[in-house]
Amino acid sequence: MDNLIEIRWHGRGGQGAKTASLLLADAAFNTGKYIQGFPEYGPERMGAPLTAYNRISTAPITIHSNIYEPDYVVVVDDTLLEAVDVTAGLKKTGGIVINTTKSAEYLHQVLKGYEGNIYTIDAKKVSMETLGNYFPNTPMLAAIVKVSGVMTDDELLSDMENSFKHKFAKKPEVIEGNMKALKVALKEVHAV
Amino acid sequence: MGIRERLSGNEAASIAMKQINPDVVAAFPITPSTEIPQYFSTFVNNGSVDTEFVAVESEHSAMSACIGAEAAGARAMTATSANGLSYMWEMIYIASSMRLPIVMSLVNRAVSGPLNIHNDHSDAMGVRDAGWIMLFSENNQEAYDNLIMAHRIAEHKDVLLPLMVCQDGFITSHSIENIELVEDDKVKNFVGKYCPEHYLLNDKEPISMGPLDVQSYLFEHKRQQAEAMINSKKVILEVAKDFEKMTGRKYSFFEEYKLDDAEIAIVCMNSTAGTTKYVVDALRKQGVKAGLLKVRVFRPFPASDIAKALSCVKAVAILDKADSLNAAGGALFTDVTSAMHINNVNIPAVNYIYGIGGRDTKADDIESVYHDLEEIAKTGNITNPYRYMGLRG
Repeated sequence: MDNLIEIRWHGRGGQGAKTASLLLADAAFNTGKYIQGFPEYGPERMGAPLTAYNRISTAPITIHSNIYEPDYVVVVDDTLLEAVDVTAGLKKTGGIVINTTKSAEYLHQVLKGYEGNIYTIDAKKVSMETLGNYFPNTPMLAAIVKVSGVMTDDELLSDMENSFKHKFAKKPEVIEGNMKALKVALKEVHAV
Repeated sequence: MGIRERLSGNEAASIAMKQINPDVVAAFPITPSTEIPQYFSTFVNNGSVDTEFVAVESEHSAMSACIGAEAAGARAMTATSANGLSYMWEMIYIASSMRLPIVMSLVNRAVSGPLNIHNDHSDAMGVRDAGWIMLFSENNQEAYDNLIMAHRIAEHKDVLLPLMVCQDGFITSHSIENIELVEDDKVKNFVGKYCPEHYLLNDKEPISMGPLDVQSYLFEHKRQQAEAMINSKKVILEVAKDFEKMTGRKYSFFEEYKLDDAEIAIVCMNSTAGTTKYVVDALRKQGVKAGLLKVRVFRPFPASDIAKALSCVKAVAILDKADSLNAAGGALFTDVTSAMHINNVNIPAVNYIYGIGGRDTKADDIESVYHDLEEIAKTGNITNPYRYMGLRG
């Protein structure tokens, strides 16, 4: 399974990191891949740190453990940077995507010299502008797709339009905003 | 060709139940199996099944309702986990002794205490001598496939035993993965109509079920249960053959993964078998002749078949996701080693208790067991066969 890509999500309860990991699994599945999407269940409550995982591969996936040496890490909330060892086991060949407006100096310092690529996106700004509220998971989904290249931008957009239509069947008014959030986020994620 | 989908293990189980469309489902929610009756109740609500859904007030009542329904002549299903199964305990034995082919989804979780909602096999191991057929599932696909095969096995006239399909709580029940579903009409034809020979609501044959069984009869009735369990072995293989014709997916008592020429082997059940396959592949690349025997059918226990399959390895490790707390080893270990002894397979065997209360089972843990086995195969020395994997020192 040399083509296996492993992704670890760090978020806080209520921010949608689990949902984002399931949406990424869904989107990758629709491009023909083998996928896993699963959260690490602990005592769940609003605001508590939580971890979710994705495996994406062109071959069937049999391993059923958590992910200890991810190719990519997504940090949905930058207050976790000082609370959780987000780069633990993270491969140098991969990268970390952080929802933050903090400086490069600060990030290098809290990431304790992580040598791989560091990407940032202001998911709050994207979310407020496109959705009128703070839902960081949709922009972070676009950001990790862009950074990891698990699918093309077009594949993501066409697939998510269908997913949102299904997911938000009872509130179609939010579909347009979410699609806009994806499109803006694809452009707003930058390497540090 | 089947339908390409992505579902969690719980979703897969509920879809299987939808396609089976049983007469009665009675269940009480308990983590991590809650989603199964939850999703199923939406199928009841939107009319995609015509099942009578009984939202009982406890698991004892869930099993009691299944027993009542099945005795009346209906096909009944339920789902539960851990303490839910514990609360059914009394009725679990009633179901099997009344020879009622109820089918249960057991989403494995640690039995309290202390309270823990995560995966191990202590719930299943607690009912291993209760007279239920027990199938274990590596992933969502197998949880689904085993349920589709379940009624054909349980309801066979030579069997008539209840059956539970196990899968690992959270690890597979809450993980979204690829799956290939069978078309609705094919499942319907495969499972077939339930036509019990004797049932309470048959006014042409008034019978009584589950009455007092005194000294002069209970022993013989228990012997009949044992005979049914022996008969089920043949039926399990027949149903698997038909299932393979329909889907191309092959099932037996157990799966042998690269075991043919293996020198060292692990025996385990459920999702750990998938992680073990991953490790076997990696070790094979390094030239280590590692293999896996994944037990699917734990009850009936395919003793002679397992002994035969292991007869050519030099050392074997049996992994138990429940500790029997007997100062001797886990249940799977005891069963496998006793099977080996009875069948004159004399190879070094060692037991590892692991994954208790949801402790994650890493590829590295499995690899370390194979390295232990390499050493054992070389020296034949086992100072302590009752070991732990992944336990903090």
